[in-house]
Amino acid sequence: MIKGFCYIMLFYVLGEMVSLLIGKLIPGSVCGMILLFLALTLKWVRPRDVDKAASALTRNMALFFVPASIGLMHEYKILMSNWVVLLTVSVVTTLLVIIVVGVTEEHLDRKLSRKKGGVEQ
Amino acid sequence: MNAIFSSTPFILLLVLGSYLAGCKLHQKKHIALFHPLLVAMVLIIALLSLLDIDYDTFCAGSSFISFLLGPSVVALGYALYEQIEQIRGKEIPVLTAVFAGGIVGIVSVIAICRMMGVDEAITSSLQPKSVTIPIAISLSEHSHGIPSLTAVIVFGCGLLGGIIGPAVLDRCHVNSRVARGLALGSAAHGLGTARAIELGAVEGAISGLAIGLMGVITSLLIPVFETLMR
Repeated sequence: MIKGFCYIMLFYVLGEMVSLLIGKLIPGSVCGMILLFLALTLKWVRPRDVDKAASALTRNMALFFVPASIGLMHEYKILMSNWVVLLTVSVVTTLLVIIVVGVTEEHLDRKLSRKKGGVEQ
Repeated sequence: MNAIFSSTPFILLLVLGSYLAGCKLHQKKHIALFHPLLVAMVLIIALLSLLDIDYDTFCAGSSFISFLLGPSVVALGYALYEQIEQIRGKEIPVLTAVFAGGIVGIVSVIAICRMMGVDEAITSSLQPKSVTIPIAISLSEHSHGIPSLTAVIVFGCGLLGGIIGPAVLDRCHVNSRVARGLALGSAAHGLGTARAIELGAVEGAISGLAIGLMGVITSLLIPVFETLMR
């Protein structure tokens, strides 16, 4: 488990370094996530070295953003005075993303599998 | 007594206890609105005002828990690695679909915000709205948004997507299990996945993968659009 946390911190640090190198375009933690994924895919890190620590962190992730959400206590005025925009954005964009992803995947998948072996379909 | 209430151990107890209470309530009553996050938020805000603990003291006391948000985002890289197997042979349709979803998600947020004329800070807070909350908070902080607003909106979108998602997909004649799971995970992250699992194992697994993919793709796209649109 300690080894796993070590790896996760290592990739967090590497992620912060990459983030600095690319002019802070992407947060360090997200860079770390991509780097960890690549390291596992390229077999530089064995999955069993990180699995326990990673699962411990991801399983209860909601807990870690509880403190950040409490900030709403201070910002509720923004929520109240902009509720029309917030509601519109939430509803419209959520619908759009569902439709675009669903329709695109289904159509491309059908097209590609038809190309590969028309008999199967 | 106030010295006790403002101490780090007490604040950690407050956060952990409220979250645990939320988890218990969620187990008993399977209502999406009783999500541990929402229950914990309500409990903590009530207790903070009741015990007269100010927000800065709370932040200092709970910084240990907030810190773990970063490592948990890194740990998502492992979850992504575990799930990527699911799309072997379907890489092109899946990645294209999530990519398209990422673009539409960000562009629609920016377009609506511009049309309705709101603060840049609000636009920045909303951009990552289809992404799992820990990544969304990091992205929001990063582009000078309001992390707590992001958390709540992202949660709301997840709730909405999980509830209406399957019906919307039916109406658009999206029938394949992969496409349905992918759409739910991309638009409604963990809450969409919870719904996808109810639809079936394939939908659930693909939806879990979609959370990670959408997270990565949105993180890469936001800086692109921020430079393009400014």
